[in-house]
Amino acid sequence: MTSRVRAAIEQANAEGRVAFVAYLVAGYPEPDATPALAKALVEAGTDVIELGLPFSDPLADGATIQRASTQALQGGMSVQRCPGLIREIRSAGVVIPLIVMTYYNPILAYGQDGFVKDVAKAGADGLIAVDVPPEEAHELSEGCQGAGLDYVPLLAPTSTDERVALAVRQASGFVYCVSVAGVTGAREALPEELGTFLDRVRRQTDLPLAVGFGISRREHVESLSGRADAAIVGSAIVEVIEAAPRDEREERLQAYVEVLTGRRQASD
Amino acid sequence: MTAIVRPDERGRFGDFGGRFVPETLMTALGELEQAFEEAWHDDAFRAELDALLKNFVGRPTALYFAENLSKRLSGEAADGSAKVRIYLKREDLAHTGAHKINNAVAQGLLARRLGKRRIIAETGAGQHGVATATVCAMFGQECIVYMGAEDVQRQALNVFRMKLLGAEVRVVESGSQTLKDAINEAIRDWVTNVETTHYLLGSAVGPHPYPLMVREFQSVIGNEAREQMLEAEGRLPDYAVACVGGGSNAIGLFHPFYEDDVSFIGVEAAGEGLDSGRTAAPLSAGSPGVLHGAYSYLLQDEGGQIEEAHSISAGLDYPGVGPEHSFYKVSERAEYVAATDNEALEGFKLLSETEGIIPALEPAHAIAHLSKLVPTLPDDSIVLVGLSGRGDKDMDAAAKALGVHLT
Repeated sequence: MTSRVRAAIEQANAEGRVAFVAYLVAGYPEPDATPALAKALVEAGTDVIELGLPFSDPLADGATIQRASTQALQGGMSVQRCPGLIREIRSAGVVIPLIVMTYYNPILAYGQDGFVKDVAKAGADGLIAVDVPPEEAHELSEGCQGAGLDYVPLLAPTSTDERVALAVRQASGFVYCVSVAGVTGAREALPEELGTFLDRVRRQTDLPLAVGFGISRREHVESLSGRADAAIVGSAIVEVIEAAPRDEREERLQAYVEVLTGRRQASD
Repeated sequence: MTAIVRPDERGRFGDFGGRFVPETLMTALGELEQAFEEAWHDDAFRAELDALLKNFVGRPTALYFAENLSKRLSGEAADGSAKVRIYLKREDLAHTGAHKINNAVAQGLLARRLGKRRIIAETGAGQHGVATATVCAMFGQECIVYMGAEDVQRQALNVFRMKLLGAEVRVVESGSQTLKDAINEAIRDWVTNVETTHYLLGSAVGPHPYPLMVREFQSVIGNEAREQMLEAEGRLPDYAVACVGGGSNAIGLFHPFYEDDVSFIGVEAAGEGLDSGRTAAPLSAGSPGVLHGAYSYLLQDEGGQIEEAHSISAGLDYPGVGPEHSFYKVSERAEYVAATDNEALEGFKLLSETEGIIPALEPAHAIAHLSKLVPTLPDDSIVLVGLSGRGDKDMDAAAKALGVHLT
């Protein structure tokens, strides 16, 4: 069966676009806010949604996502509520691919097998586990395969060629290329060495390459054209949601993402 | 002097340990593992470390027969001697006042070998931060210490010490604002600056190779104690007792006795009580999971979110524990018990009054357990206790808890 995630990215590429992957913190800012925000992302031209299941100790995340994660957890978000939230997002009419992104401990607390089965059944298409390196990912990646989920590994500029080989063997859907040594968060510019890193990964896989960490502007997305297949934006989206008055939240999010996807000119 | 218990190639002690970190750090951890193994088998490195431990740290630390405490807890035999003999391994006498310096000196030396001049560290009570700042001053390394905002308040004196030693103290405001969050921030810094920076982790926790490396660096405690005990008594102790937060002083004391007929007892911080929901005792009241790069026992809710730890002792105020302790627990090589805040305060007073030694609140938990253990032991038993640090840093906290107002 062809991966819906991969197909969505390749469809965007066929239209001459870098595919757009948008990240939401599940249950942020309020427990019931996520489905409407997901719909706004779709309206703005998002190709794939990453649903971030919050963890109390997110050591790969910068201040923005930490703050949002804490608020979501205080609002009652939990791994047990994750399948239900995915169902609500699907019921709201969101049909584009959806990937769950989280840390290992909530998955372990739920039970690895049960978790991948239940989120798959609820309508998820893939899984990213930020703190599970390839050496420890056999069970999880095989569980995903069995449940019909893509398993998306992360690679970093510090990953050696041996590690790239190890990771892509487990991968499906796409490969998440971390743009820079660092944590999540919007940055001024993407590093110049990014091209070399992407070339090294490209040599070892046919899967689409998605670049994340530090992307917040249309020019960042455009700069990936021809070098990567998808752009992932997380912290910048959280910041837009954080800054917006409650009744303008979806509207502002949609306007921001339309700029990133090139559907709208930046107004400032 | 060789490792008895070795983790497997994935860094696991039985089921526990491993490497659960963002991909960015994986290559650096591999390099660190290799550098550590090479250095640890390099005679020149060992000789340089031994010289520093002797001349800078002040090792070997004393093994002290605590006769008054022994008599108080076990009573006197017909000839007036103590029925049970308690020996204290005096890490409180090491430079900077705690065992933390053993590991800090060794990792500082290793960082120099790696060519990394920027050192980062986390600290809870401030002891590891002070030890790291001390070593960095000595080696001329840049030093940044992450410390939770709550701990900065509790341990103002140690903050001043670190600054005096030339370290930058970065206050961590996220999460519970204690040791766990300081470790998160240090890891984030390391992810960002991994090419230039060594993370000088202070306990036998974290991703492989840290639990192994820190244990090896702290095993000087147990190696010395073993020799000193044979000299003093002509035999090994029946029990080795130490407090366990992350567990570096305990594992350093225990490991050299791993194959001997010596019972290990690790004493965790029960805080307000194991059933109170306000504890720092993952081995006694927690369950296994992944925190800070390792699979080990931790305090967590049913959804796998990490719970805040609570202990009167900032050095034990941590919701996780080193993976080798989890392995000792499930393999039943060691027994893990817990002492409450109040019991620790009793231990704090007891050792001060009987021996003229004011312990830190961390080893006061181990002393507290002696009050339960020693009266049950047969005559002529020998108990070795890790006195991991001195109590000077805890005067404010202890006075407050004992209802005394210092001006």
